[in-house]
Amino acid sequence: MSATKAARMGEEVWKTRIDKVNAELVTLTYGSIVAQLCKDYEGDYLEVNKQLDKMGYNIGLRLIEDYLAKTAPQRCVNFRETAEMIARVGFKIFLNITPTVANWTSDNKQFSLVFEENPLGDFVELPDDGRAQNELWYSNLLCGVLRGALEMVQMQVDAHFVSDTLRGNETTEMRVSLVRYIDDELPQSED
Amino acid sequence: MILSLLILNKAGGLVYHRDFSNTFTKLSSNDYLVLAGTFHGVHAITARLSPFGPSSGGTPSSGLEVMESEHFRMQCFQTLTGTKFLLFTEPQQPNVDVILRRIYELYADYVMKNPFYQIEMPIRCEAFDRHLMAYIKPKQ
Repeated sequence: MSATKAARMGEEVWKTRIDKVNAELVTLTYGSIVAQLCKDYEGDYLEVNKQLDKMGYNIGLRLIEDYLAKTAPQRCVNFRETAEMIARVGFKIFLNITPTVANWTSDNKQFSLVFEENPLGDFVELPDDGRAQNELWYSNLLCGVLRGALEMVQMQVDAHFVSDTLRGNETTEMRVSLVRYIDDELPQSED
Repeated sequence: MILSLLILNKAGGLVYHRDFSNTFTKLSSNDYLVLAGTFHGVHAITARLSPFGPSSGGTPSSGLEVMESEHFRMQCFQTLTGTKFLLFTEPQQPNVDVILRRIYELYADYVMKNPFYQIEMPIRCEAFDRHLMAYIKPKQ
């Protein structure tokens, strides 16, 4: 599916089939989760990143069914198409944003999602303790969501943030790499 | 007339079974498990029978989709995550694929979004039962 077609599909589904909630409610709920984790792990931001990723993973495993049920997509023919569908349909229908797909490697197995806006990060200022700015990936939940969702459709990926405007970087960028396609349904062929 | 719905997890285990009619003979619950497992195997075989499979540059076959007899029609809808929905209806039932899609949406909402439902395990979600019945009943 072409990028423009995916964009149209995302727009259409978002407009007609998605129940909307107040954006501040989402932002504040997410904020209180991250803040609580920082408290619970006593400022061990690396552990907080890990927990956020894990929570996201569990969301992704479930959310993929909603994505598939609502959009009734065709199976993506390659990883480039997967990237466009994630950006223009997935992020569109669940967060009403469309990150830009950029920085492909030549083997078409790694790309970046560049977020011009990020509803999770509205109103947020990272703690001024000299570490959060270097260690905490505030929106790390999103990495887990992608990892979980893609695993359910037979793709093992690695996803992590490489920059975040909350840390003072110029952009918010997530790097997604395809590790392998999981072929678990069919047993090894004998020939 | 819609007769029966079976949901199979990725491994071919029966995770949900509901009859919507009393007009046919029931199997024992063990036989339903066997039926689900057998169908899972047959489906995997049919998915590899297509002459236009990936090895010849085509897209993978979806496998067995419909089976029709004089007395019933069985339609299989497999999601991209590997879950299968089997719907048994009378042969003249219209719009079975639309019904299956709607059931999938109900499943995404009331099963997968229930935080206490464990993925791949048998479905015991009262809200799912309720919404499923509310959707199917008016069609009978």
